[in-house]
Amino acid sequence: MRRVYSIEELCLDCKLCEIWCRTAHSNVAGATWRAEGPITGRMDPFDIIKAGKLEQPEPQSRIRVEGDTVASMAVNCRHCPEPKCVEGCISGAMRQDPETHVITCDPTRCVGCRTCVALCPFGTIVVRDVALKCDLCGDGAGAPGMPACVAACPNRALVYVESEV
Amino acid sequence: MISSVLPNFKVVRDKDRCIQCGVCERQCSNNVHHKDDVLGVITAEDSRCVCCQRCVVMCPTNALHIERYPQVNRANANWTHDLVQGVYREAETGGVLLTSMGNPEPYPVYWDHLLLNASQVTNPSIDPLREPMETRVILGRKPAHIEVNEREGKLITKLPPQLVLDFPIMFGAMSYGAISLNAQKTLAMAARELGTMFNTGEGGLHRDLEEYADNAIVQVASGRFGVDAHYLNTARMIEIKIGQGAKPGIGGHLPGEKVTEDVSRTRMIPEGTDAISPAPHHDIYSIEDLRQLITSLKEATRYTKPISVKIAAVHNIAAIASGVARAGADVIVVDGFRGGTGAAPLRIRDNVGIPIELALASVDQRLRDESIRSEVSVIAAGSIRSSADVVRAIALGADAVYIGTAALLAMGCHLCKSCSAGTCNWGIATTRTDLSKRLNPEIQTEHVVNLIHAWGHEIEEMIGGMGINSIDSLRGNRLMLRGVGLNEKELSILGVKHAGE
Repeated sequence: MRRVYSIEELCLDCKLCEIWCRTAHSNVAGATWRAEGPITGRMDPFDIIKAGKLEQPEPQSRIRVEGDTVASMAVNCRHCPEPKCVEGCISGAMRQDPETHVITCDPTRCVGCRTCVALCPFGTIVVRDVALKCDLCGDGAGAPGMPACVAACPNRALVYVESEV
Repeated sequence: MISSVLPNFKVVRDKDRCIQCGVCERQCSNNVHHKDDVLGVITAEDSRCVCCQRCVVMCPTNALHIERYPQVNRANANWTHDLVQGVYREAETGGVLLTSMGNPEPYPVYWDHLLLNASQVTNPSIDPLREPMETRVILGRKPAHIEVNEREGKLITKLPPQLVLDFPIMFGAMSYGAISLNAQKTLAMAARELGTMFNTGEGGLHRDLEEYADNAIVQVASGRFGVDAHYLNTARMIEIKIGQGAKPGIGGHLPGEKVTEDVSRTRMIPEGTDAISPAPHHDIYSIEDLRQLITSLKEATRYTKPISVKIAAVHNIAAIASGVARAGADVIVVDGFRGGTGAAPLRIRDNVGIPIELALASVDQRLRDESIRSEVSVIAAGSIRSSADVVRAIALGADAVYIGTAALLAMGCHLCKSCSAGTCNWGIATTRTDLSKRLNPEIQTEHVVNLIHAWGHEIEEMIGGMGINSIDSLRGNRLMLRGVGLNEKELSILGVKHAGE
């Protein structure tokens, strides 16, 4: 499957990936991204403004830049082949698509118990009422095109490529 | 203490658009932007802004733009704002005003007074999309006559070393230290892809770039940084730097802070020491001395590499170029007064030297008058801004051109003229690793290659329109140029007729 990889030597700590991610996953502007974004790679600045100013609580980014301007890299869900979060999920909300292998959390089932948070070896899941995590965004998880974070990166520090696993 | 030095720019933030994401704060190496938690807004310290436009480009909501600082002086055509501010600055610091990039003053740009010809009726123009076009040029000393073994189809005359370029455009000298390794690597990768040359400048050849040595011109400058037998023999051509268009007559100074471990190893000087290039080469006080150095370099490389000599365009440039040709140079680079620099005293950059157009025309004419034009190739440098400038330069007599600023612009430079500060936000003119990583050689090589391909297409279109199908047929072909708005003297130096003649 294709995964998002971060290249530390090229990461600038600008955090544009976080801004695009939270816009793509916001209620007020997410639909626009899902409709065209993954294919065109373009994000409307006004969608970013809407997500940044209107939505309360603030939409949550599912990618996080660790480090500072000297050394940094973006971290998001690795979509592990044998995911601990899915294994440990008590409500069956966390599931891995058998075909695309993309791991998503069903917000209608999630009870916010944080078991997945404790089990994730990369610390890429946050819980705000329900667990929020990278879904390799697009029109449905694993759809063709570019996730928002990859499209946002000004320095190609994030790449969306086929992985060996 | 109060200061009369005003900010140059004002950062304007659209509050309705700003989402306080802080990208501007994290991306500004000049610490202009600051997220003030007490005020609940992002503030900007205008005095630190150099108008590099990094924040403007990076802002995800287009909330930023930069304006000229609005403060006015009592109107004065003689004491301009910049002159007054320059006096304040010098009075407060006692130091020489430093600046970077090319001369921005409104001297005449002769390129803009030269128009190109095109074929109509009496001779056919050529369509480069349908017919072959030759943009290749070959630099180096050409023998007066050649002998050919016609039976075997082989050359009997031993040719002096030649340099083949797929485009008549090379990247001018920019040293590691003045620009980042990523920036130099970008030029090297682009040069290899394009079949042209990059120039290491006077800062030595970094070992990571040795794999691009077939596309490298290495410089031997007055500081002799990084010069040893390996350096000379690795390169494709060796350039003796006598002068630089942006600062003729003065040397260079790379401050110790920029001499990091890597720079120190490449330049072969101690870490943290100032890298000072003397104004003259202390072993060259005459044409005869230059001949000695040229011969030494040829001996050191066993006559396998052309030797070029780079001189700044100054008064008497034609006589100087003639002397350089007679000293044994295979290639002469003439660098005009609008050429760029990583750092130069402001008053020198803005007031010393002469325009490349006039220098090039007079050098080419002088070499032809003395019948030594074929013994040497001429490269024009110093603000070649577009493909049209390339065509004009070749028509005025250049074999090829160097571009510096245009290549940097393709790599993201925004011409803020602050290279000497070492805090380049675009990762170009800096040795700070946190900034130089902002320049991803993979992305920027694509941009530089795109630029030269675009120029190549434009050159083909332009010379095709003239009915010419190769750069060689355009060289020194001044009938393809006509002057507009130039006086008799300017036209006679340029060797072109006025439009309408």
